[in-house]
Amino acid sequence: MQALIDALGLGPTLELLALSPPGWGGNLLRGLVNSIQIALGAFGLGLVIGTLGAYGKLYGGPVLRDLLAIYTTVVRAVPELILILILYYAATDALNKALIGAGFERVQISGFAAGIAVLGIVQGAYATEVLRGAILAVPSGQIEAARAMGMPPLLLARRITLPAMLAFALPGLANLWLIATKDTALLAVVGFGELTLETRQAAGATKHYFTFFIAAGILYLALTLLSTRVFGWIERWARRGEPRIGGAGR
Amino acid sequence: MRLTLLAAAASLVLAGAAAAQEVKVGIAAEPYPPFSSPDASGNWTGWEIEIIGAVCAAAQLDCVITPVAWDGIIPALTSGQIDMIMNSMSITEDRKQTIDFSDKYYKTPALVATAKGLGITPDAAGMSGRILGVQSATTHADYAAKHFADAAAEIKLYQTQDEAFQDLAAGRIDATQADSIAIDAFLASETGQACCEAVGAVADDPEILGAGVGVGLRKGDAELLAKINAAIAQVLADGTYEKISAPYFASPIYGN
Amino acid sequence: MTGWLQPHRIVLAGLGLALAVWCALTLRWGWLPEYTPLLLEGLWRTIWLLVVTVVLGMALAIPLGLAQAAGPWYLAQPALWFCTIIRGTPLLLQLWLLYYGLGSLFPQYPWIRQSELWPILRQAWPYAVLALTLSFAGYEGEIMRGAFKGVPRGQLEAAKAMGMPRWTMLRRIWLPQAISRALPTLGGETVLQLKATPLVATITVVDIYAVSNRVRQDTFIVYEPLLLLAVIYMAITGIIVLAFRHLEQRVPTRRA
Repeated sequence: MQALIDALGLGPTLELLALSPPGWGGNLLRGLVNSIQIALGAFGLGLVIGTLGAYGKLYGGPVLRDLLAIYTTVVRAVPELILILILYYAATDALNKALIGAGFERVQISGFAAGIAVLGIVQGAYATEVLRGAILAVPSGQIEAARAMGMPPLLLARRITLPAMLAFALPGLANLWLIATKDTALLAVVGFGELTLETRQAAGATKHYFTFFIAAGILYLALTLLSTRVFGWIERWARRGEPRIGGAGR
Repeated sequence: MRLTLLAAAASLVLAGAAAAQEVKVGIAAEPYPPFSSPDASGNWTGWEIEIIGAVCAAAQLDCVITPVAWDGIIPALTSGQIDMIMNSMSITEDRKQTIDFSDKYYKTPALVATAKGLGITPDAAGMSGRILGVQSATTHADYAAKHFADAAAEIKLYQTQDEAFQDLAAGRIDATQADSIAIDAFLASETGQACCEAVGAVADDPEILGAGVGVGLRKGDAELLAKINAAIAQVLADGTYEKISAPYFASPIYGN
Repeated sequence: MTGWLQPHRIVLAGLGLALAVWCALTLRWGWLPEYTPLLLEGLWRTIWLLVVTVVLGMALAIPLGLAQAAGPWYLAQPALWFCTIIRGTPLLLQLWLLYYGLGSLFPQYPWIRQSELWPILRQAWPYAVLALTLSFAGYEGEIMRGAFKGVPRGQLEAAKAMGMPRWTMLRRIWLPQAISRALPTLGGETVLQLKATPLVATITVVDIYAVSNRVRQDTFIVYEPLLLLAVIYMAITGIIVLAFRHLEQRVPTRRA
């Protein structure tokens, strides 16, 4: 194994990528963990906002529907980088000004929380559309029957709508998860220590740009492929019991 | 489910609030040797990092190094994400309108580094038709915009000085203007020795290049400003400054 | 039109107008006159980048999709790997890999600087165009694969039975129908491409986002340039959506 590595000339590269110092692999993995944590937080927050938004768009009053339409349109039309910058600085600023105005102490929001909040708001707009489409796909007869039975709305949502719409929503949600993992790279522009920033710092400190960027690319790709596999399992679980559609197409 | 979500959100904010006793010191999230650079174990090292430690110890503050993108470091300060900037930020009148500065803790000239043998001189005549690279949001970018914009063929703005040096080595830019110590550190490195040379300091322009490097603080944060000034004076007086500088610099960089 | 005249819509529109007027009057817009030429230059560069990369990306995506839909394994597999790698890694990383990664190779091969390509390799926009084109092609290739597979087989078999040469069948039957199938998604992907263009500012290409950064550095005004930028991007998005809707209406489809 060692001989093969030496023959390919990969010795110094693997030293640079070693997990413990002086190799920078540990830094990269720490950045990857940060990225995954932010992506998870943003995806979760996006799901919450998306569920509320989808219900609002479907069952809310006209004003609520218009406001939600403005929210989804603005977020989907403005680049994430601009949104991240505006929310990253403006949100903390506004929060602190409000707190000071109300007489409280200035509070410090960690970069971590700010990143999750910002990406979560962006994800929420897309999730609203995905979940709205999925809820519309649930056969309305089931919902009407439950209402006729006198089921309270919250129980209806929990027992019937959400489980049934999950199968329809999963492809879109899988896409959103992948978008979340890749959008964490944009936080490098505001200086948050996730994988892309760690890669740039490692490359800048050692001048081995190709090595580190390709290593980061491999890490992201591994994350993507693993996520796709996991979502495939989840979709198969969500579609359990559905009749198989065999022989579609020629 | 909603209650647990509210509780989680509240605890995130309060966790930040509970740690509000500590002071977040903003530095640029990029390698800027010899002042601050990350090492392989994720810690920051460098002359400025050690000075931060000394100043914070003298002021009895619990300082946390917080890397932020350099071109957003002043908005990060004014919006409250960090409490002070201590990463070679020059004291200029322009910046003083937005933030306050402490007393200076070093002052060095601005040098121009170019690829070897191009015959560039650090003035408008020498820059004529050349491509100059500078880091955005620095006094060097302002200086280049004022003095070299007409002469130079193009002025490219980089997010980090490190990237400017990289493009200088690659030949994409002909020259870069930066702090003399940063340029010396680059020219001492392997890449720098192979590719480039320093061609001298630019003509001084105190209004743009500033009156030295100080700690940036929010406007009106008088208490912290007083503590930092007292701490800087103490670090200079009791010899800690010389002790920290000795391994990094052959001659003192405090300037006059 | 009656939908727009409902009372709550009128109130919301009135509120929106009031908000816009309040922003125009109270926020700081004094920097606009000075920076308008630069803003227009940045806007032009953004639109130019969008159009060129979308056209080149589609040109690359059609063979990629075709290879995966109908090609032999030695064409389909590499196309699949290409699309997977492009879609699996962030665009920012691809951009930096191309610009700084290739740039780090230049000092090792000095003959590059003497070659014909050097003036192009020196500048930043070719790398931006390349990265954005490859990115668009990666995503579009996947979409074109589905579109090619979605065209009813019967038409292709009929053409083959008629003795139509393969290239003519592709040109007359398969390709036009695949593109018209993909048109709605293409509109969405073009908007996504627009939203990806600000990233080129990190490799020193001066698009409109880079201009707003420049305004921020020079004037220390943080939010107003970003708000203007958001409005500009929304306007361009609106134009793209309207253009694609117009294109879709021109395609004759039989609605069941």
